[in-house]
Amino acid sequence: MASIDIVPGSTASVRADGVWSKIRDHAMTHPLGVVGAAIMLVFVFAAIFANFITSYDPIKTNSLLSLARPSESHWLGADQMGRDIYSRIIYGARISLAVGLGSTSLGCALGVVLGLTSGYIGGWVDLMIQRIVDVLQAIPLLVLALVMAAALGPALDNTIVAIAIPLIPYTARVIRSNTLSLREQPFVEAARAVGMSEFRIAVRHVLPNTLAPLIVIATAQLGAAILTEASLSFLGLGVPEPHPSWGRMLSESAAEYVRTAPWLVIFPGAAISLAVFGTNLFGDALRDILDPRLRN
Amino acid sequence: MTMTASERETGQSAPADISNNPPVLTVDGLRTYFDLRHGVVKAVDDVSFSLAPRETLAIVGESGCGKSITALSVMRLVPDPPGRIAGGTVRLDGVNLLTLSEEAMRGVRGKDIAMIFQEPMTSLNPVLTIGSQIAEVLLLHEPLSRRQAWDKSIDMLKLVRIPEPEQRAKEYPHQLSGGMRQRAMVAMALACNPKILIADEPTTALDVTIQAQIIDIILDLQRKLGTAVILITHDLGVVAETAQRVIVMYAGRKVEEALVEELFARPQHPYTHGLMASIPRLALMRGEQEDTTGRLQEIPGMVPALTDLPEGCVFAPRCAYAENRCRQTYPVYEEKRPRHWAACWRSAELFGGPDG
Amino acid sequence: MGKVALEVRDLKKHFLMRKGLLQYAGGTVFAVDGVSFAIRAGETLGLVGESGCGKSTVGRTILRLIEPTAGSIRVDGSDITRLSKTELRPYRRQMQIIFQDPFSSLDPRMSAGDIVAEPLRVHGIARGAAVRERVAGLFERVGLRNAQMNSYPHQFSGGQRQRIGIARALALQPKLIIGDEPVSALDVSIQAQVLNLMMDLQRDLGLAYLFISHNLAVVEHISHHIAVMYLGRIVEYTDKRTLFTQPLHPYTEQLLLAVPVPDPRVKRQKRVLQGDVPSPINPPPGCHFHTRCPYAVERCRLESPVLREVKPGQMVACHLR
Repeated sequence: MASIDIVPGSTASVRADGVWSKIRDHAMTHPLGVVGAAIMLVFVFAAIFANFITSYDPIKTNSLLSLARPSESHWLGADQMGRDIYSRIIYGARISLAVGLGSTSLGCALGVVLGLTSGYIGGWVDLMIQRIVDVLQAIPLLVLALVMAAALGPALDNTIVAIAIPLIPYTARVIRSNTLSLREQPFVEAARAVGMSEFRIAVRHVLPNTLAPLIVIATAQLGAAILTEASLSFLGLGVPEPHPSWGRMLSESAAEYVRTAPWLVIFPGAAISLAVFGTNLFGDALRDILDPRLRN
Repeated sequence: MTMTASERETGQSAPADISNNPPVLTVDGLRTYFDLRHGVVKAVDDVSFSLAPRETLAIVGESGCGKSITALSVMRLVPDPPGRIAGGTVRLDGVNLLTLSEEAMRGVRGKDIAMIFQEPMTSLNPVLTIGSQIAEVLLLHEPLSRRQAWDKSIDMLKLVRIPEPEQRAKEYPHQLSGGMRQRAMVAMALACNPKILIADEPTTALDVTIQAQIIDIILDLQRKLGTAVILITHDLGVVAETAQRVIVMYAGRKVEEALVEELFARPQHPYTHGLMASIPRLALMRGEQEDTTGRLQEIPGMVPALTDLPEGCVFAPRCAYAENRCRQTYPVYEEKRPRHWAACWRSAELFGGPDG
Repeated sequence: MGKVALEVRDLKKHFLMRKGLLQYAGGTVFAVDGVSFAIRAGETLGLVGESGCGKSTVGRTILRLIEPTAGSIRVDGSDITRLSKTELRPYRRQMQIIFQDPFSSLDPRMSAGDIVAEPLRVHGIARGAAVRERVAGLFERVGLRNAQMNSYPHQFSGGQRQRIGIARALALQPKLIIGDEPVSALDVSIQAQVLNLMMDLQRDLGLAYLFISHNLAVVEHISHHIAVMYLGRIVEYTDKRTLFTQPLHPYTEQLLLAVPVPDPRVKRQKRVLQGDVPSPINPPPGCHFHTRCPYAVERCRLESPVLREVKPGQMVACHLR
């Protein structure tokens, strides 16, 4: 009978730390990341609980209040149509997050599928997919999104798709490169030796091991997605009326009112900047924390 | 059954100059700790030894025992943070290396003490030719012109028996085989004729016939140049072939030390004893046994995590002979037989005392 | 004597070197160049050689992880050389593999229990509670605790991971297990544990092993027969005792001289073998070993020696024996 090589009183390899204590440690070494996370949480909170923290209807117009200054009743003032800016910012968070998260998720999901297929099958399939990805990547994010949006027409869903497409290449490349190295690993060979079909191996063994960098990629791209939505809406090709979008708030007010009623411009601009800033800070910290371990 | 220096002619280590001259290296109470998130790792804990001129000393142990870190500590190459040398002295010809400035230490590395590593491919710069890398070491430490340094590197390549050295000197590491690269490393290490060569698992990554060639070269050069060698390895076969004296390390500590024949014939520590009993010893080839399909003797369990060392003797949890005294108090490291030290409470009764 | 678990005849694997996708550069790597042997149930064949000799390729080709270029492979009597992947599937149960690296041979995202259970699930051998039971049994057989079934590979030591790999290999109750350097990456004191385990399993289950290794001391211990490979060919093939006491092939002699013996009283021998192992891309003509052989004559350069029985039970490929 073979001997057992666990010795009482000694630990195996790494002691399993509590998850919370690990998070606390990381938080202390990455204060900026905590700031970023806090900012993101504020926006998420705002988006979810918009009804509870605003008192005005964001799309209801009121000519009497047109260009009202920030005051007790309207914290951030009102725009040229008398709509409460504060409410529009808060509800705008919903739009930004919906589009941001939606397009990031869609883009990453498609990127994973393409990257995995490309890397695992190799050969002609790989070549073709890579050329398509090359084309997508060669066109700047905003330009491509613009083209897609123009082709599809301004609508919430179309905006999500339009922004998702340019986000595919980065994910696809990273997943493909992970797949290429994983494909040769002994545990994949072991699965073949057992008789698993290639498809099952790709999904069951390779895919879960390629996903580690995904969280970092997604948070990095979230900021870009939010900014692109704002840009598209600014240009009139993004989210249409009546959804309150920060970008469109800017476009409707920037030229005319920037000097006479600057609060129409400052607050939407600040919201965009802060949202992107927050996601970037958080994404950077996350990459810092997770990256060394990704490079196995 | 000892052999005199003259008996060990062919390819054995140069006779160590122990008698008259003081040791070239003295390590005293060396402690190297790593400050990690989950605790302090005592990678090297109170290790002392000395090295005579021309001597070949082997440091033997398994992964995590601290042998490599000991060597890196002597060279002051331990990454700081998270590592730090927490105590002890390292004297090279009387000078404490641990108190030198970094600049002074750079003058020592490569010139007085040189080191070669396990993986020649990652130790050699892939974008520089072999010749220029050897020349670089020479130019750093000796007042030579470029031309002279280049010529000397070709001489060194000849010394390590690389065929067509003039041609090879102009080649890049990836153009050479593993064995050739390791020879180039040896050439680089010995270029400035250092007093000490530290070889950290120099042959582990090589094929057995190439391994034999490299060992031959190291010993040959040691004889010609008079270098003292510290050989770090886990391979007891290599130790038996090359070393004159052996230190056995376990979990950061020294557990046994003796001349090589004495160590193999009469190990005084259960770990050493277990180690020797657990390796296949080519008994058939040497005509010692008729059949070798019996079980190997095992050492149960595994090396403890260095952040979680037990009280008392670190080997006790795995030791078949451990008693309460062993688990409570760390054994004293003392001379069990002439020139043979071990840290074990029960050496005498288990393995025979001075007469055993 | 047990039944023949594996029989390999004139196995060849040639890799064509391509330059880019469409061009064929014209070079061929003769990784495995005509290898034949047989292993009986309950016995171990040690396959030894240095890097580039093709021993790992032999192992993978037998399992059809790499497709053979020529030759035949019979596992437990059935010829599996040309079967399609689907036809091959049931035969895969007869032959499994243990890898060298205990770190990368286990899926880091699966628990130990799932890793061992997977072969059972793939072949639909058991479901639900029955799977857990069988996995528990396998864990016990290899010396692991049931509680460890839920742990992940990174929580185990190297030796324990190798045991998980062995448990996985045993799950389908194969007749043949190929070990590709199964103990080379382990600490010396753990090697003994795993070797003992493998020998116990062989005795209890009647397994046949193809033990691929460069470590002659280990091979001396665990094998019954040994085949020495050099640049894709077997140069000597005989039982263990004969190989280690009366080797006939010059390469075998040099290999044995080169192995460091853990006994300081043994005088180191004068070793003759110089130079590097030639590349399998351009092997020397005739006898591949002639460039480094101390006894080589003209014939060795011109004509490849055939592996033939020179003494009863001892096969050598050399003109001079």
